[in-house]
Parts: sequence; structure tokens; C-alpha cells
Amino acid sequence: MQFIYPRSGGHDMLILNCPYCGIDADETDLHSGGQAHLKRETIGSQDTDFENYLFNRDNPMGVHFERWRHANGCGKWFLAARDTTTLEVFATYPAQTLKPPQAVVNAIKKKHPDWKGWP
Amino acid sequence: MRYSALKVFTQGLTGNKGWRPVWRNPDPKPEYDIVIIGGGGHGLSTAYYLAKKHGLKNIAVLEKGYIGGGNVGRNTTIVRANYFLPGNSEFYSHSMKLWEGLSQDLNFNVMLSQRGVISLFHSDGQRDAFVRRGNAMINQGDDAVLLDRDGLQKMLPYLDYDNGRFPIYGGLLHPRGATARHDGVAWGYARGADQRGVDLIQNCEVTGIDIVGGKVTGVQTTRGAIRAKKVGIVVAGRSGQVAEMAGMRLPIESHVLQAFVSEGLKPAIDHVISFGMGHFYISQSDKGGLVFGGDLDFYASYAQRGNLPRKEQVMEAAMTLMPMIGKAKVLRSWGGIMDMTPDGSPIIDKTGTDGLFIDCGWCYGGFKAVPGSGDAFAHLIATGQPHETARGFRLDRFRTGQGIMDEEGTGSQHNLH
Repeated sequence: MQFIYPRSGGHDMLILNCPYCGIDADETDLHSGGQAHLKRETIGSQDTDFENYLFNRDNPMGVHFERWRHANGCGKWFLAARDTTTLEVFATYPAQTLKPPQAVVNAIKKKHPDWKGWP
Repeated sequence: MRYSALKVFTQGLTGNKGWRPVWRNPDPKPEYDIVIIGGGGHGLSTAYYLAKKHGLKNIAVLEKGYIGGGNVGRNTTIVRANYFLPGNSEFYSHSMKLWEGLSQDLNFNVMLSQRGVISLFHSDGQRDAFVRRGNAMINQGDDAVLLDRDGLQKMLPYLDYDNGRFPIYGGLLHPRGATARHDGVAWGYARGADQRGVDLIQNCEVTGIDIVGGKVTGVQTTRGAIRAKKVGIVVAGRSGQVAEMAGMRLPIESHVLQAFVSEGLKPAIDHVISFGMGHFYISQSDKGGLVFGGDLDFYASYAQRGNLPRKEQVMEAAMTLMPMIGKAKVLRSWGGIMDMTPDGSPIIDKTGTDGLFIDCGWCYGGFKAVPGSGDAFAHLIATGQPHETARGFRLDRFRTGQGIMDEEGTGSQHNLH
């Protein structure tokens, strides 16, 4: 698996590197899909499970894992680790991962030792 | 001190030496009956109505910054009651009525200016939808006037009526729609609450919520522990963090919304104009600055500043709608953090914890709701029952699927409002 650590999004434009086509995509090329790594519920799940899956969100101030779509580009969904306060981008990585890869977690912890970490 | 024209006159004759700070700045007491977390517009109005309508004493409002320093002092000051859905309609109607008596009630001029809110439409289908909305507003007891193109052109001659993409077919006028002095609203409620014995505690950030056996017992703050029988959370964009202290996960994502002000200009725009198709709205402040804004930046942010693409889109929408403002210079722009719910409607409800209440999810429309939300939240905290105009704002509507209020009709999912 390949990890890409792009430069910071800066404060004028959020820029994420698409892990599929490899280009630095401006936010005008992208569509945000909200919180990543949600557990999908299905037949047999309880109402509260569906509520948690469909509606309730961690909404953290700081490190956030998100789904993004390279909408005006290659069209692929990918994931990003980002800071919602500084708008700093830690990493982008392919969507086919159930939890943040260890290398991404390490990269975040290196910059933010007080981050509580991935559960 | 009661404010009056005579007071201003006599103070003027005596060198304005008699003015005093309008609220105390007390240290927190070790215990209160009710603690309101959040000294914004909604928190202050909640405390005010708890004291005034329910006669309750021993209330504290905890504010992590200073009074009036949050979204209540950072919005575009629009007050309206042009909602369509049952649940929203009666609430905003009630809030509007409170606004109309607010300056007298608070003995503080909130400068409510009922200049009318005009929402533009650009197609036959949209006109039909606005006729329906207008009828819903009239049924609710509020006012609505449908303006055809000629009627609108007499009032707003400067719009680009023959725009190729969005030709203007007319507008829905809500004559009682208004703007207000946003700081004044915060100060007026703060003063009124303080006069009735509420402790407004500034620079006091809540760091924990104490829960024993499923019942709230108090809060931990940067100024020490405070015991409380009841706690209300009214913290807008920070709802996620404060609720997490009580072990809750909310149906809320925090997003940034930008706003803009131009240099001061001579009076040109007499109303609040809403150009929904361009996600753009504008009014002119009493100082002459054009106050305008657009859509969210559309990704999670606590940055309180927005990015350039949205600024560009807002400026383009402004030029599309009214090319005359092209030479006005933008003085400043800023961003505020919005607590976005999946259906775009707010929450005023109990939580799973005894004595803990929450008022949140106002999305980008919290300012007009300040009086109504305070009244409804105070009623809920004092009586344990929802206020009659706020029965629909339930926290569990996302679990049950019942009573979801998607005013925009865009879908009840995050990222769609």
C-alpha cells in the first residue's frame, strides 16, 4: 500500500493529494463525504446502530478522518487525515481501508503527541 | 439603571459620568440550581427567560470567552419567520413575536429593523413552491406577499432581471423580516439576566460534566468545580466537544460559514435579499456596509476562517444578481462555526442523563432563533416539558425517523444542507 504525505493545505485552499491519480487536487476538484471509517449497519441492526451509522458523528476539533471524492478528476473516493482546526493535512490514503493505516497514525502522533489516538 | 431618553439627556448634561457597567463580573459560586454552558445569544436568552418567566434564582451562565464574542457577534443579523414545515413554522413565528417586543422587554435597543426579507424565484416551478410557502406563512399568522416581476422591479430596480441562467420571475416578500443589532441582543439579554440575579461568568471554560448514577451533579471548569442540579448545553459549533464530556455523540457536524462586509456606502439596498439559487443573500447595515454571505465551505472545520473558493463563488453570485455592486470594496470577511444537523433543523431536548439538557443544531440560522430558543429551552429546563412551539426539535428524531424536518427538501443526511 502506498501512502502519500502531501504539503499542508495552507489557508487559501484545501489541497489533497489523490492517492489514485496522484495529483494534488484543489478543493474545487473535490467533494467531502464526511467522517470516514464508519461501521456500516445492515439487516438485523438496532435503531440505535443505524442512528450512529447514519447520523451521529464524532465531530472532533483536531484530528479527523474523512472521506473525499476526487469529483472533478478521476472520480475515485479516497480517505484523508486532516486537522479541522489548523486545516493541516496529515495524509491521504485509499478508501479500501477499515481503519487508518499505522503509518498515518504514526505521522499524526509525531506532530501531535497529545492526540488521543485511534480507538 | 433603567435606560430612557431622559437618562441619555441628563447624563449628557452631567458629563456622562453616571454610566456603569451593565452586568457584574462575579466569581463562580460553588453551587447553582441551574448552570447554562455557553454565554452566546441562546445561552443568555435561556438564562433571562428562566429568571423572568419562571422566577428561578441561583442560575449561572458559563462562557469560555467573553459575552458577545461568539457567533452572536459574528452573524449577518437576519431575523425572519418564513418557514414552511410544521414544527419550524410555529417556532420561528413565536421567535419573531418575541423579537418585535424585545427592545421594550429588555429596556435595551436591539435596533430591530423590519425592512422586509425578499426571496427571489427564477422559474414557474419555484414560483409555485413560493406561493405554497407564502400560504403556509399566512396560515401560521405571519405575513407574506407574492411580488411579480414588475412589482419587484419597482422595489429593486438594480437586479439583473434578464440574467441568462437565473432570470428573475419575482419574489416572496416577508414584510416583518428584519435585521437587528447582533451585539445589542447579546448585551441586552446579558444585562436583563444579570439584573435578575443570574451570574454571568466569563473566561470560564467547561472541561468536564459530572454525572453520578445517570444524573448530572455539576461541571468541571477552568475556574474550578461547580455543582449544579440542572445543566443546559448551548454551545453551537462546540456542541460535539461538550456533549462528548457527557458521553454523548450527536447528529452534528461543525462546518465553517463565511460572511462579508463591504466599505460603507450610501443607502442603496433597503431590504434583505435572498438569492437562493446563487446561495447568496445581502442586506445593508445601518453604517452603510453591505453585509452578505453564501454557502458553507462544505467540509468539517473549526478554523473560524474560510477558504478562497467560497469567497470567489459568493462574489460571483453577487455580480450575477446585482452587477451594480461590482466596484464596492470588501472590507473584511470572517467565518463562524455552524453546528449542522442532518435535516437542517435544530434540537432542544432532554438527554439520556437526568438533569442534562441540550439546545443545539441551529445550523446557519441561529440568530433569528435567539429569543424563541431561549424561551423554549428555559421552559424545558424549568418544567421538564417541551415548549409548545418547540415540540418538533427532538433529539431522537434521527433514531425513530419520526418528525425529521428537512426544510430545504434536500435530504436528511450530513453534507446536504
